[in-house]
Amino acid sequence: MRIGTAPQTYAADHALLDTRTQWAWLAALGLALLAFPFMVDEYWLYLACLVAINVASATGLNILTGYTGLVSLGQAAFMGLGAYTVAALEARFGTPALLNLVAAGVVAMAGGAIVGIPSLRVKGLYLAIATIAASFIAHFVFANWTAVTGGTAGLSVPPARLFGLALDTSFRIYWLIVPLTVLMVAGAANLFRTKIGRAFIAIRDRDISADVLGIPLLRYKLLSFGLSSFYAGVAGGLWAYFFRVVTPESFPLLMSIFFLAAIIVGGMGTILGGILGAVFMTMVPELLKLIVGWLPFDNAAVVLSPVRTMVFGALIVGFLIFEPHGLAEIWRRVRRFFHLYPFRT
Amino acid sequence: METQATPGPLLQVGQLSLAFGGVRALGGVSFEVAPGTITSVIGPNGAGKTSLFNTISGFYRPDSGAIRFEGRDITRMPAPRRAALGLARSFQNIALFRGMSVLDNIKLGRHAHLRTNIFDALLYFGRARREEIALRADIEHRIIDFLEIDHIRHAPVAALPYGLQKRVEMARALAMQPKVLMLDEPVAGMNREETEDMARFILEVRAEWGVTVVMVEHDMGMVMDLSDHVVVLNFGQVIADGTPAEVQRDPEVIRAYLGSGDHEDLRRRLRGARGETIAPPAAAMAATRASSGASAP
Amino acid sequence: MSFDWLFLLEISLAGIGTGGLYALTGLCFVLIYKATRVVNLAIGEMLMIGAYVFFAFAVGMALPTWLAILGALVAGGLLGAVVERTMIRPMLGESPISVFMVTVGLASILVGLVELVWGANPQRLPEFMPQDPVMIGEAFIASKVFYGFVVAALLVAAVLLVFRFWRGGVALRATASDQAAAYSMGINVPRVFSLSWTFAGALAAIAGIVVGAIGGISSTMGVFGLSVLVVVIFGGLDSVLGALIGGLFIGLVEAWAGAYLGGEYELLVTFILLVLILMVRPYGLFGTAEIERL
Repeated sequence: MRIGTAPQTYAADHALLDTRTQWAWLAALGLALLAFPFMVDEYWLYLACLVAINVASATGLNILTGYTGLVSLGQAAFMGLGAYTVAALEARFGTPALLNLVAAGVVAMAGGAIVGIPSLRVKGLYLAIATIAASFIAHFVFANWTAVTGGTAGLSVPPARLFGLALDTSFRIYWLIVPLTVLMVAGAANLFRTKIGRAFIAIRDRDISADVLGIPLLRYKLLSFGLSSFYAGVAGGLWAYFFRVVTPESFPLLMSIFFLAAIIVGGMGTILGGILGAVFMTMVPELLKLIVGWLPFDNAAVVLSPVRTMVFGALIVGFLIFEPHGLAEIWRRVRRFFHLYPFRT
Repeated sequence: METQATPGPLLQVGQLSLAFGGVRALGGVSFEVAPGTITSVIGPNGAGKTSLFNTISGFYRPDSGAIRFEGRDITRMPAPRRAALGLARSFQNIALFRGMSVLDNIKLGRHAHLRTNIFDALLYFGRARREEIALRADIEHRIIDFLEIDHIRHAPVAALPYGLQKRVEMARALAMQPKVLMLDEPVAGMNREETEDMARFILEVRAEWGVTVVMVEHDMGMVMDLSDHVVVLNFGQVIADGTPAEVQRDPEVIRAYLGSGDHEDLRRRLRGARGETIAPPAAAMAATRASSGASAP
Repeated sequence: MSFDWLFLLEISLAGIGTGGLYALTGLCFVLIYKATRVVNLAIGEMLMIGAYVFFAFAVGMALPTWLAILGALVAGGLLGAVVERTMIRPMLGESPISVFMVTVGLASILVGLVELVWGANPQRLPEFMPQDPVMIGEAFIASKVFYGFVVAALLVAAVLLVFRFWRGGVALRATASDQAAAYSMGINVPRVFSLSWTFAGALAAIAGIVVGAIGGISSTMGVFGLSVLVVVIFGGLDSVLGALIGGLFIGLVEAWAGAYLGGEYELLVTFILLVLILMVRPYGLFGTAEIERL
């Protein structure tokens, strides 16, 4: 049971975590993340990297859709912008990886800002549909601007070079992806302790009142689009370094749906929700692979892809109907139980 | 009470006209608000009071006319800039942000005056943290204590009862460091006690903060007791403009909105309309306050 | 000046032919939107199910064509009814975006289902329409496109008549304007919801059969629905007339883009058009604008 933990300074009240126990758990998680690569095999390292990339991108989408209320089905397209930026820069200039990643973020951010320009007039559902259109236009550019993107064949990406070391294994690239993801998530958590995060939430809840209260709507909507696509761009760049090849089919609309599902399942409008949702959605296909592998019929592998598609859809529908606040809400309820024990919730 | 450095009206509305398709919401509305006063805008439902507020805030662009704030023409100024200049308001139907706690809603009011940029925000430690803590301290001492809402500061606004929500709205408006505070029906739906509390807050806001108050209100007791200046609207036009006493006596206002308080006259008029005798009801007749729209939102 | 007018005519006729199908599907969409205020992104996938059920009956079970069509119609209607009851009804009162995302999820489920049962490879439907090429003057039109248009036009006309004169049509329009008022007038609003989705599902199934007959069926057929989305946004989400005009217009534009720019430009042009419409006139030609109050 949790007692005697009331904050005693304003700074403490504004902190991300409430109690010393929570900070201890976070430190333990940090240690686990540090020790993890030394304790597991290639498969789990691969998964960890993939999860981290997805967490970064889902957090970005959460900023835009969960916190600012601007539904976007264009996350994959922005990741694609980032991935192609990295691939193109590596192919032409061989610039350092970190610089490429920043460039990836910036290019994606520009794309996001462009898509966001109509967001003052085009609202809600119509904006979501506009982002679908943007996705298609992006896909067209990826497939047809052969000079830069290599057309339908795509581009191959050399391994990222960090301090002269080639990050060509999952173990090595883990040390690039995970710290970056942690930074990005921490940044997002910080954002919502400040006026900018509050402005985003105000826009989601009641944008015309927000305007009259002093929040310039277009500027902040563009900021939200820009920031979330920056995240997507960096995630896309990491994706390119991880998978080492980028094609127009790497970032289909289905991937945007994947990320939307991730934040719905995880819990829109909470940082934890973005993390939980991304982890869950990345692990679901693996779990399905396991289950399908056990099933006693041949051609089980062929069944995997359609079952995965169906499960994505079912998860979206199921969570929206039964638990619209997602896994984060379930987590909160479990925590409340332990905080209040032995009292009832 | 603070005295204004610039003499002259703080807020000036000149020949404001606004139409929605064929419906004329405002037809040449003009009046002035002196600094440090409490002005009430009254009138029957549909008279254009909220449209007037929305035009002054910047939500609506008037078809013609001008708005001057501190001598500066703000007619074409976007709404967020007006807020930054010190024009704050509360809303008729509470417009709190349900996704945030009371504290966050109030902090939001200060938005236009905070300097944190995106990089500061992502980093947090440094300027953003300093600003947030300073903001918190200021809000706690000046607003939360003042409005007596310390016990609900972390509550989600959606869980609050109506009266407290209205108080949080006021708190948020105060956080905007307003020079002019526009309150749209601040005591609508409140009981006697809540109304008196709100009246007390409004008077203290004027006395201690030097804020000029403009309010739309139907509660005539509050209007007549608190206001220095009353503007009466009917069908989008100003039909009276003066002190509460003057306005109360104005025959046009009586006809359109207030009623004279003369029961005999009322019975006579009803009898004339229906052609029959009306006996006075057994219970005491309605109070002299003609709060015809008090049950509004 | 040897501009090939005949070619333009033929392309335009083909475009109008597809446009008829867009109009029909747009009608299904508008029906759902008018009755339940749901933007159904899964409309293309509902078409797909109709086509695949027809395929299953006509090829898998070797039933006569008319029976297969009937079966697909019933299946489509059933699908609409089940979806409405299990996925849309529980979301009543939620934000339109949430319901939209439910339809996104539904689309995923249907695509996965089709891939699971029938595999991801495209298939051909059996020929059941007259095969002789149709000539209008000197212009040639593929027979399937022509008859597809005829079917679409007939169905659209039938639907319009039914909703004009049948009590259910009035009930639908009443529910569309104001659910609460319709309820208090004694209209069984939940029944209107069910009927509209059932009807739309059945119609979509027929549209699916025709689309499948023209271009083959596959698990990616649902992309047809994206063009239909553009159609209804162009015409106005709640406007029947808009869906009809929009359908023909988009059909023409896509045909011209495909012929003069290249096949891969079809969807691109459609989506650029979508962006333009959203920026200039988001409520479409005939849609009702939504007013925000402070």
